Amino acid sequence: MSMITARRKLALAAALGAVALLAPLLAPSDYVVGVLARICLYATLALGLNIVVGFAGLLDIGYVAFFGIGSYVYAFLASPQFGLHLPFLLALPIVVLATALFGILIGAPTLRLGGDYLAIVTLGFGEITYLLLLNLDRPINITNGPSGIINIDPPALLGHTMSGNIQYYYLFLAVLALTLVASSRLQHSRIGWAWQAIREDELAARAMGINTTVAKLQAFAIGASFAGFAGALLASWQRSVFPENFLFTESINVLAMVIIGGMGSLAGVVLGAVVIVALPEIFRELAAYRLLVFGLMLMVLMIFRPQGILVPRAAAGALARAGATPAKKP
Amino acid sequence: MLDALPILPQQLVFGLALGAVYGLIALGYTMVYGVLLMINFAHGELFTIGAYVGWAVLVWLINAQLGGLHPAWVLPVLLLMAMSASGILGMTLERFAYRPLYMRGATRLGPLISAVGASIFLQNAVMLTQGARMKVYMTSLLFPRTWYLQIGGVRISALVLVMVSVALLLMWGLSLLVQRTALGRCMRAVAEDREVAAVMGVNVRRVISRTFLLGSALGGAAGVLVGLYYTQIDFFMGYSAGLKAFTAAVLGGIGNIKGAMLGGLMLGVIESLAVTFINPAYRDVVAFVVLILVLVFRPTGLLGETVPQANKV
Repeated sequence: MSMITARRKLALAAALGAVALLAPLLAPSDYVVGVLARICLYATLALGLNIVVGFAGLLDIGYVAFFGIGSYVYAFLASPQFGLHLPFLLALPIVVLATALFGILIGAPTLRLGGDYLAIVTLGFGEITYLLLLNLDRPINITNGPSGIINIDPPALLGHTMSGNIQYYYLFLAVLALTLVASSRLQHSRIGWAWQAIREDELAARAMGINTTVAKLQAFAIGASFAGFAGALLASWQRSVFPENFLFTESINVLAMVIIGGMGSLAGVVLGAVVIVALPEIFRELAAYRLLVFGLMLMVLMIFRPQGILVPRAAAGALARAGATPAKKP
Repeated sequence: MLDALPILPQQLVFGLALGAVYGLIALGYTMVYGVLLMINFAHGELFTIGAYVGWAVLVWLINAQLGGLHPAWVLPVLLLMAMSASGILGMTLERFAYRPLYMRGATRLGPLISAVGASIFLQNAVMLTQGARMKVYMTSLLFPRTWYLQIGGVRISALVLVMVSVALLLMWGLSLLVQRTALGRCMRAVAEDREVAAVMGVNVRRVISRTFLLGSALGGAAGVLVGLYYTQIDFFMGYSAGLKAFTAAVLGGIGNIKGAMLGGLMLGVIESLAVTFINPAYRDVVAFVVLILVLVFRPTGLLGETVPQANKV
């Protein structure tokens, strides 16, 4: 990359950052601030999935399970459900560790599976997680079933209890910025290179001495912990969680964020989150047609621009092949 | 747990009946996977559309007041209409959503996402045109509740017998087609090696298109049977039925026609055991756990001999 493009990129990032900082002050209503906060939250979530799908090329279509697990673990630790009220900064690392552990638990048995088989297993795990959240109110009440968990504690930082969409927006924006930096560092680290090697050709990666088992588990664990983090944020913002927050359609929404912008590209993933969260808000009167258009868009995009809207040019060819072994040509 | 034992035989009958239908839907997944190595995620929606077409035809027949509606001619009409609709739609889907991808030699991720898109699209198209509320199949007009077979404590309704026979008959027909006809031979050739088949003069595109036609038509027939059985259908029914059927296909060995049948029946039985002995709420959990266990420990399924990639239709 030449100095000029690097400098231009930095300037663009700074400009976008300034816009993001000023956005809630210019927003016409509190509702719009809420939408902006949701964009940041979902961008964080999508960046986590991007690690699994975009970097390592492992198709996970039940990713929302980790989001749900994170939300519920936070709810268990900070609500009247079990009478626990851990402080936010103590609950967060526990949530992150717990979801990373679940990531490994789910990742470990599926490592041998490639491409679409892996996708189906993750889908199965997603469904099982949802059904368990829904049904684990009997015989022992753990999740409180369909009525969900309410009265979750809001985050308190340095003695200040958060309230109002604007405060949450800045919290989520800070988390998003951290996630972006972490993703970027990961992408250009040894692990990141290993993931990309696995994505391009698993056999070759193994031949080059990469421990593919460990690398894939790392992708699952790190991806899951991002989702757990985002889940805890969601629970503390909504002050309540319900199984219905974690349906299969949510997994598809997050996957769409990763794909639409351009798999593997951090800017692309954020753009994807903006598009998927904001578009339905802009076209509210067409709400009923939202999913119809969305399904059609996925098909059209795969036909005409499989690499996504924004995609690093150097990686375009490689990314188009993401997803385990390529199919035989006709 | 033991007090549930007396209802087990009856539950097993229900399980086998549903299992036969799972097997029928599973054939669509298995055939498409055999020739294209892709999971046609939208197959569940083709099943839904079959159920709606069957419902619409049945309502039309009832309103037309043609006198006695005997299942001997009504059921074949329903099946034929549903199979045509689903079959043609499946073929259209292949032509416009999948073919541009596989012709380009795209990856496996592309077609899968395209199929997920097609599934979402079709589901919402059904919801927007037919409404989100469920439709009721007037099954009792075709198969009165008084038609049944009593064996000991087990009651087998005429509908269950018909369901299982139709499913088995269609499966038998399909395996004849695959084993004995020119099209079947071409399908097996394409599944074995698409490039070599093309060199040998097989029109690969046409074979893939016909495979979608056949598989989707079977899914449509299953839609009618499930509609008659549950008497209620909605736009979302294809989602869980599709997942179950895919589980059945994997359980039996994906790409294997007899495996789809076996997998369907086994899944039906496993579910009825779960309903009897565990908790009806965990029926789907048990089905998915079975799917994951099979994929993890025996990804080739019960009857799959080779690695999934090289399976035969």
